[in-house]
Parts: sequence; structure tokens; C-alpha cells
Amino acid sequence: MEEELMAEKRPIISTGGRGPAPAGRRRSLPMAARYAINALLVLLVLVVGELMIDGGAVTRYQTSVLQQVGVYIIMAVSLNVATGYLGQLPLGHAGFMSVGAYGCAIFIMRLTETLGMTGRDVVAGGPLVGLVVFAGVVFGGVCAAIAGVIIGIPALRLKGDYLAIITLAFAEIIRVVMLNIDDVLGFELTRGAAGLTGIPSYSNFLNVFLAVAVVCFLVHTMMKSRHGRAILAIRDNEIAAEATGVNTTYYKTLAFVVSAFFAGVAGGLYAGCVGVLQPANFGFMQSIEILVMVVLGGMGSMLGSVLSATVLTILPEALRAFSDYRMIAYAIVLILVMIFRPQGLLGSYDFSLSRVIERVMNRDFPWNRSKGTAEGKEAADA
Amino acid sequence: MPSEKKKRRPVLVQVETPNLIPERDLGTIPVLQAEHLGIDFGGLTAVDDFNIAMGRTEISGLIGPNGAGKTTIFNLLTNVYKPTRGTVLIDGYDTAGKSVAEVNRMGIARTFQNIRLFTKMTVEENVLVGFGNTMRSHLLSDMLRLPSHWKQEAEYRERALELLDIFDMRKYSDTLAGNLPYGAQRRLEILRALATGPKVLLLDEPAAGMNPAETEELMENIQKIRDEFQIAILLIEHDMSLVMGVCEVVGVLDYGKIIAKGTPEQIQNDPRVIEAYLGKQEVK
Repeated sequence: MEEELMAEKRPIISTGGRGPAPAGRRRSLPMAARYAINALLVLLVLVVGELMIDGGAVTRYQTSVLQQVGVYIIMAVSLNVATGYLGQLPLGHAGFMSVGAYGCAIFIMRLTETLGMTGRDVVAGGPLVGLVVFAGVVFGGVCAAIAGVIIGIPALRLKGDYLAIITLAFAEIIRVVMLNIDDVLGFELTRGAAGLTGIPSYSNFLNVFLAVAVVCFLVHTMMKSRHGRAILAIRDNEIAAEATGVNTTYYKTLAFVVSAFFAGVAGGLYAGCVGVLQPANFGFMQSIEILVMVVLGGMGSMLGSVLSATVLTILPEALRAFSDYRMIAYAIVLILVMIFRPQGLLGSYDFSLSRVIERVMNRDFPWNRSKGTAEGKEAADA
Repeated sequence: MPSEKKKRRPVLVQVETPNLIPERDLGTIPVLQAEHLGIDFGGLTAVDDFNIAMGRTEISGLIGPNGAGKTTIFNLLTNVYKPTRGTVLIDGYDTAGKSVAEVNRMGIARTFQNIRLFTKMTVEENVLVGFGNTMRSHLLSDMLRLPSHWKQEAEYRERALELLDIFDMRKYSDTLAGNLPYGAQRRLEILRALATGPKVLLLDEPAAGMNPAETEELMENIQKIRDEFQIAILLIEHDMSLVMGVCEVVGVLDYGKIIAKGTPEQIQNDPRVIEAYLGKQEVK
């Protein structure tokens, strides 16, 4: 009976020849199962989070910090596309965030006005509001992506420090444009230094969390495709990538624009979180802080970006009492990490739940790795 | 980009240089042709009046003392350097004004003297980068993991493994390229170049750092690749046993100029070649 069951179960655990060395002998999870497990996990966290917020276990203040965490996770993950995966060093990520924030906020404000919704209607939610917010956030992303194309095409001709400086300059240009566009052109858009106020607080735990999940998924799937491989190839060796037929200009711009798009999405959600937008919020320091998150977590590691964005957003809030010393602590942590672990806390390691499950399925634990080392030796000998 | 290629017609240039194309390849357009190719770096003429016409399945060698300009010629043929003079035709199409990647897509692939792999990617992914241009999936279908993505990915992973089988490297498929033993890195570079579907393969010192046994194996492999893929191979090499053993035509380069050209036997007995390598005999 049990044997029969096993025989029936076999097809679920495919023995596809993708494993290392003895091909076909290693058991692996089918793709559908991998995605199902991850989707289930995301859903679980979402439900638990929602229940805790509804039940009052998490205060309003804590919820708003959580939303900020989500925004910065998206920022870090999106910057990671340009730094960790493409291997460039743009210093103007806050610029794209501001384009997305203003674009999304203005779009949603105008749209709710025409639809006759009040701020309270927006907070109350509903399918129509969901649609409006979705459209607004995507609109913010598209605005940022357009800015990304405009900046990326000239900037990506440069490398290293030159690219850093030119992106920094562009971000400053964006900030100054946001500050002065109303006065100079007579618009009623950003309201300059006074700040854009009265933005309905359309961000909540649900939509921020979903956005984080979707962005992480899309970045992951892009990197695990021919497009992602081309981007990684440019990072590893640009000359070889070109000789292998990779259109380097196209893929550099693509990575840069995708990075800008998601930064715009994060900006849109940020606007709904804080309710007030001022150009000063998107200065040089903001760009640096996001870069610090990526570098600290490990360039090229999505989990690293997520973790360090979480820690570096919560830490200042938790240490409010010591806010005077915050920047000093920041600097010390950074110096220590750069000395002892220059590749970032996680390096380019990325966590994969399916890999762990596969290890358990194959009983491939560190303590009975005898077979594994034999293979390793064989490889070293060859 | 392929669409613009379709409209252009092949240009036929009269082959001026003594024709050394193997008999079996006669009657077709030379797959790689360079006429009066040259480049100056400032006042220095690095390569001057380089001519070549390669048959579709020819294996040729380029030898010469250090600094003679061999790698520069590879860089000229692949448009890494823009030639100061002359033209390069791949299968009859002019490469002028094309980017390095476009020239690769026209049918020329190369390896590098100092190995240039994508070290932080796996062996399989390295080959898949080479397949990148034949894969047709759209970015959005990849990002959303539509069925077309899975189908294509599975197909090309299988093709990559088949390609790895040529050099018996399937066992390394999940290893990071940077962690491979030296010889395997050289072989992977060749496979990655082959994945781009070239008509001409340029090998820059493929036997560098190999022992005689490995060189012997490489010789067989070069012939195997030619026979299996029916492509032309041009190689730069210092190892004379390899050049003389595998090449049908050998060109000798000195100070940026071809000083001799012919079959390996002709080259071995050419006084100009001996002079270039060993120096001139004093007149007593």
C-alpha cells in the first residue's frame, strides 16, 4: 500500500536532470510547486499582518513605520537592479522616487477630485479606490521610467565615478525643477517649497505589502531570464558580453529604466504614506541612504536589500531618543561593514526556499555531505 | 535589428591575394574577407594591408612574434577597433559602422587571450548568454512567467547542456564559471562563442597555459568543432605543434604586416619566417 502511494507520488517529485553531478538522481521540486509554496507564504504573512493590524496588536504608528519599511524595501530592491545586477553606481535614486511620488500624488488627487471622492472615501477603500491607487502608482512608475530613459541614455555612456556624478547632478536637477516649476511656468502642480499637501492617505499595509511582493517577484523573474542574464553578463565582463552579442547599450538602459520604474512605484506609495511632499525630502542624503541599504545588504542580493532596508528603516524609529547620535552610529556601522565584509552582509547570496526544501528532500545536509565532497574533489582534480 | 540586415545585399570583392581557400570551399562567397585592412594608433601603424579570404570550413592560423599585431587583427575583424583603412566582409556583408554585438550577430564569435568569462554566473548561464540573441521571448512574458517563457527556457537549457556535452562539461553546468579549472575555462569560452551561432570562430591563443596532452586534445576538438558545426576557424597561437597540426593555411605576421602565407609546410621552410623569428644571419 505504502509502496503504491510512493509510486503515485513520484511524478510530483520530478527527477529532472538539472541537479549537479550524477544527473537525474537528485530530486527537485517542480516549478509550479516552488511558486505555489512562495505564494502561499506571502499570503500567510499578509493575512497575519492584516489580522494583527485589525486586532489592534500593531499600533497605528507601527503600521505607518511598516509602510515606510515597504517603501524602502522597494527602493533598495530597485536600486539593486542598477548597482548589484548591472554593476553601475547611480547616486540619484531619490530623484526617480520624487518623480514617482509627485506623479502619483497629483494623478490620484486630480482623479479623486473628478470622481468626487473625498479623502475619507479613499481611506475607506473599495474596488474603485483600489483601481485608482493602482493606476496612480503605475502612473508614478511610468513617469519615473521616462525620467530614467532621459537620464539613462546620456549617463550610461559613462562609467564608475563619472556615472555617479552625472546621476547625482540629474537628481539635483529634478529636485530643483520640482521646487520651481510652478513659479516659472505658472503651473499648479508641485506647489514648490511649500509642499504638496492634502494627499489622501491611500497607502495601507495591504497595498504596500502587495507592491513589495510584486516588485520582488518581477525583479526576480526578470533576472532569471535571458534579459537578466544579459544584464549580469555586462556586470561580469562588459567586453565579453558585447563580443557574445549582448547589446550593451540596450540592456544597460533597460536595467536603469526598470530600476527607475520601481523607484517611481515606491515614491507613489511613499506619497500616500506621508501625505505631504516637499522637494527637500528627495535630496542627496536620501539617495545615499538608499545606496547604503543596498551596499550594506550586499550588492546583487535581493534578500540582503530587503533585510537591510527593514533594519535601517526601523532602527532610526526605534532609536528616536538617540536621534542626535544616529548618523554617527550609521557611519560606524558602515565603516565596520566595509572593513570586515566589503561585499555586504550577504554578499551576492540569495535565499531560495525551494533550494532548502530540495536539500531536505535529498537529505543533503552539511553533516552528511560525504557524497558532495567526493564530487567536489572530482571537479577540482579535473 | 535583423530586419535591416535582410535588406542589404552581399558585396563581392575580388580576392586579390593569392587564393589559398581549400578546394571544398571554392565556388562560395568567402565567409570572412578582409581587404587592405589597417589601423594606426597615433603615428604608429599597428596593422597594415592585412588581407584574408577564408573558406566556409577552413581552419587557418595566424602566427608571429610578440607584439606583431595578431590580437589587434582580431579586434579589427570584430570591430572592437574601427579600422583606419580597408574593409571587413562577413559572408559578403560589410561590417563598417556596426557595433561589436552586431558584428557578432553577423556571424563572427571570438575567445580572448586573457580569459573573459562571466565569472559569477554558472557555466550553463554563460552558454545561455551566448544563446541570448536567438531566444525570442519578450521581456514582459519573461517577467510574468507566461508559458512561452517556460517553453523557451527549457528548450535552450537543453541546448546548452548538449553544447556542454561536446567538451564533456555537463557535470560542471551548475558550477560558477570563475571556479572552473583553467583548461575548462578556456573550453567554456569556446562553447559560449559557439552558442552565438557563428560562421567564423576566432580563437586567441586557445592553447596558452596548456600542457602537451591538453594541447593534443584541443587540436582534436578544434577539428571536431569544424566538422560538426561546419564553420571556419581562425586562430592565433604560439604553440607551433598546434598550428602546424591543425591549420590548413598559416599567415605569418611581423610588425603589423603579413610577411608570408601558405600551407604549414611552405611556412616552415620560408626564409622570411625564420628571419622574423630568429633574426637575420650575418653576412660573413
